[in-house]
Amino acid sequence: MTRKAALVIGGGVAGIQASIDLAGMGIKVYLLEKKPSIGGRMAQLDKTFPTNDCSMCILAPKMIECSNHENIELLTYSELDELTGKAGKFKARIIKKARFVEEDKCVGCGECAEKCPTKVVDEFNAGLGQRKAIYKYFPQAVPSTYVIDTDHCRIFQGKKCGICKKICKANAINYKQKDKVLTLHIGAVLLATGFDLYDISPLTEYGWGKIKNVITAMQFERMMCASGPTGGHIKRPSDDREPARLAFIQCVGSRDIRHKRYCSAVCCMHATKEAILAHEHCPELVSKIFYMDMRAVGKGFQDYVRRAKSEYAVKYVRARPGRVIENEENQNPILNYEDTVNREFVAEEFDMVILSQALIPAESNLSIAEKIDVDIDEFGFISIPEALVNPSGTVKEGIFACGFCQAPMDVPDSVIRASAAASRVAEALSCYS
Amino acid sequence: MSIRVGVFICHCGTNIGGIVNVQEAVEYARSLPNVIFAESNLYTCSENGLSSIRNKIKEYDLNRVVVASCTPRTHETLFRKNCELAGLNKYLFEFVNIREQCSWVHMKRHDDATLKAEDLVRMGVAKASLLTPQEDLSTDVIRACLVIGGGISGLSASMALANQGYHVELVEKKDKLGGLLRDVNMVFPTNESSENLLGPLIESVLEHKNIDVHLESELIDVKGFIGNFTATLRTDSKNEEIKTGTIIVSTGAAELKPEKMFGYGRFDNVMTQLDFEKKYKSDYHGLNRVVMINCVGARIEERTYCGRFCCITGMKNAVLLKQANPQADINILQRDIMAFGMVFEDYYRNALGAGIRFMRYNVDNLPEIMGSGNNAEKVRVYNELIGREVEIDVDLVILTTPLVPGKDNEKLSKMMRIPVGNDGFFLEAHQKLRPIEFPSDGIFVAGCARYPTEISECIAQGYAAAAKAAIPMAQGRVITDALISEVDPLRCSSCGRCINICPFGAIDWADRKAPSGETRKVALVNPAECKGCGLCVSSCLSGAIQLNGFNDEEILAMVNSVIESSEATF
Repeated sequence: MTRKAALVIGGGVAGIQASIDLAGMGIKVYLLEKKPSIGGRMAQLDKTFPTNDCSMCILAPKMIECSNHENIELLTYSELDELTGKAGKFKARIIKKARFVEEDKCVGCGECAEKCPTKVVDEFNAGLGQRKAIYKYFPQAVPSTYVIDTDHCRIFQGKKCGICKKICKANAINYKQKDKVLTLHIGAVLLATGFDLYDISPLTEYGWGKIKNVITAMQFERMMCASGPTGGHIKRPSDDREPARLAFIQCVGSRDIRHKRYCSAVCCMHATKEAILAHEHCPELVSKIFYMDMRAVGKGFQDYVRRAKSEYAVKYVRARPGRVIENEENQNPILNYEDTVNREFVAEEFDMVILSQALIPAESNLSIAEKIDVDIDEFGFISIPEALVNPSGTVKEGIFACGFCQAPMDVPDSVIRASAAASRVAEALSCYS
Repeated sequence: MSIRVGVFICHCGTNIGGIVNVQEAVEYARSLPNVIFAESNLYTCSENGLSSIRNKIKEYDLNRVVVASCTPRTHETLFRKNCELAGLNKYLFEFVNIREQCSWVHMKRHDDATLKAEDLVRMGVAKASLLTPQEDLSTDVIRACLVIGGGISGLSASMALANQGYHVELVEKKDKLGGLLRDVNMVFPTNESSENLLGPLIESVLEHKNIDVHLESELIDVKGFIGNFTATLRTDSKNEEIKTGTIIVSTGAAELKPEKMFGYGRFDNVMTQLDFEKKYKSDYHGLNRVVMINCVGARIEERTYCGRFCCITGMKNAVLLKQANPQADINILQRDIMAFGMVFEDYYRNALGAGIRFMRYNVDNLPEIMGSGNNAEKVRVYNELIGREVEIDVDLVILTTPLVPGKDNEKLSKMMRIPVGNDGFFLEAHQKLRPIEFPSDGIFVAGCARYPTEISECIAQGYAAAAKAAIPMAQGRVITDALISEVDPLRCSSCGRCINICPFGAIDWADRKAPSGETRKVALVNPAECKGCGLCVSSCLSGAIQLNGFNDEEILAMVNSVIESSEATF
């Protein structure tokens, strides 16, 4: 039997947009997200270029729209286990992981997390700050249900505790909850698994992980965010002091044949944005962005870079720094670089260094591709064999892709690709039936 | 029935809570007339905040809801829907902005910001108390789409819609389909003939039973609104009316012809990339020394934007030249190389590997073209990275120029009331999240009409616009907001100011019979076209027009409440 239903894998901005469009066309959508909330990477961003809109403020209404839409069923904290059948009549087996908090009972009040004695490094905050072993993924999570991190919860480590269960007025905590298996009948699958951050620890020349005041762009993003670990205050990790001089190093792991030879497509702009915002936070602050090519190619991007230079004390230096060392007296990072335009070798001290780390396709692509039998390329991007004429089509009929999982792209491009893929899915479903 | 107002004040994390004393504002709200309940939420828009509103509506039997938080631009629909879920007419909800209009603009004056937030809440409560339930309007949607422009974007959009069973009217002003791509020889990154791409697509569009193609046709008028537009086409000096539910604007763009720059127009062997492709096709005989200059007319004061894909176009032609003649000396004078993403970066690497030489020039020290008669012979350039001037002998100079907005954009903008940005391209509803929609419902944009866009992205945008157009057509009807203006015919003096001022063309003359039997013309608002902007209300000298949800009584209640008891000092 053929059904007008689709499975969207990945609940970031691409998956959200595609789901809303498909649902609007009257198609039943199952939106699958492995994390406890939809929102994806965009939910982690403080603001967005080139309008400086608060990221959460523009994303949250779409997240809520997904959760309220009568044609969309959210399957969060869930993963694809198996896909069988063929285009028009796929059967997907989904594992809905136990949260150990009952979704229909939890009101999201947060008392459990307040009283939970176990602190854990907070992944959502890019490793800055801590959360509890029972936690909500982020304040505006959809759904707002809490989840127990069994790797750290004392109960699951065989220790005595049970505070959350005792304190929960809604009686939502259930340590015995089991994973659920669901079977979905769908006509098409849309992959929107997004990106992960490349592990830059092998790039030892920049001192990340060793020099305290060298952090990644995502960490800086969380630091500037009002709901982030520092409450929106920019502080040097070494001494909590407000920095006055920032250095942004571009292409850390990207455009580098030792690591990822492709361009990650968004870093020129997010470094520019972060430099602008940092100046708004601390009006005395100046930034230097060390780049190879300033790839401001989208609509309004060139004007954004111009404004960064003229209004926000941002300087662009064409250089690929070779090394960052630490001034042991004041923990200031010192950059060694060649200014290629003025042809000078320079050693310059900054208060903080921010690394634009390479972005890689979601690491889960590897296992998903195996389960659904589509191809991935050498980097793990979902292969789109006829990218020019069929920008969403994978090697397998009935399976489509959009957003960063197919190639590096920014939010507007991901949103466009999501709507484009929705159109392809709708077209395919109308052919199957 | 008594008025029972609930007030919900949002911390918005620290956006509001870090400046305004939210708890104090909540206490204050509780003291206001008609307020039965007030509370604060960390994020009122989170599922927690929303469910709390719903619960409190039921628990306290609230019949008006005031949320004091961010902006109606992003959150009004959400809160209205939420009230509806709890069984309350959504127009009994009032939004108070205490973030953009309070905490963000008074960041350094915490106490005053709190007082102002209280003032704003008081005004909101005063207005909310007077709100009346309203009903939305429902209109049927014609299951047809008008696609304006038969380039690659419009063709892709047409196919996508037609394959889903929607009727498409494709209008092209030229005598052939294909648009700008017809002038392109080969396409990147596959370096195949553009004909391979266009030929089959055009054929399937022409053959499709759901697509009517109008060649050499000009759009001369568009009237109506989402679901029910009437477009007038002129073909062979005959006018034809077309009824359509949605519209896709895919009118494309043109290559900049850089008159008087770098010897263009003076030397015969200085030409643009497209000139080059049209003139030489794939016969590069005699072209042994070629210089390309990138960013000609782009990223300069007069035209600040980047052409997005011109770097790649240049590389494509450079590689094709080099393949035809491996001995050829090809230099690309560039600023930044915009090889963004994966495919283009590899394309760039391939061009470097093929022996194309890239030289970085500075916009403050532009390359110079020298020649005699109408023949360019040498290019002099200051190579920024080696720090000295270089002279290159040339057979041909190719100027890489960006696309510029189509000539008709202004006209179409006025005709359909869709905005054009400072750069002359059509301006989308939101750069980040609504990149192919217009503020006017039912009209969408795809491809180079919006911004210079490479082929694969044009195709994607065509499909994306098709998805957006398919949504109202699939649903079969659209719901329009009830907060629109109404004319009281008894007070209308027939001056016509409102008709002229309405940016949406929603007001027109109507005949009205007076009790005396006399007929006179009065203004009448078409509810489906009115966007509730209020311009007509403020233009009306007779006070004959009121805007639902913002009528005089409601606005004056707000004004009175702020004059009577303001404590803030501004």
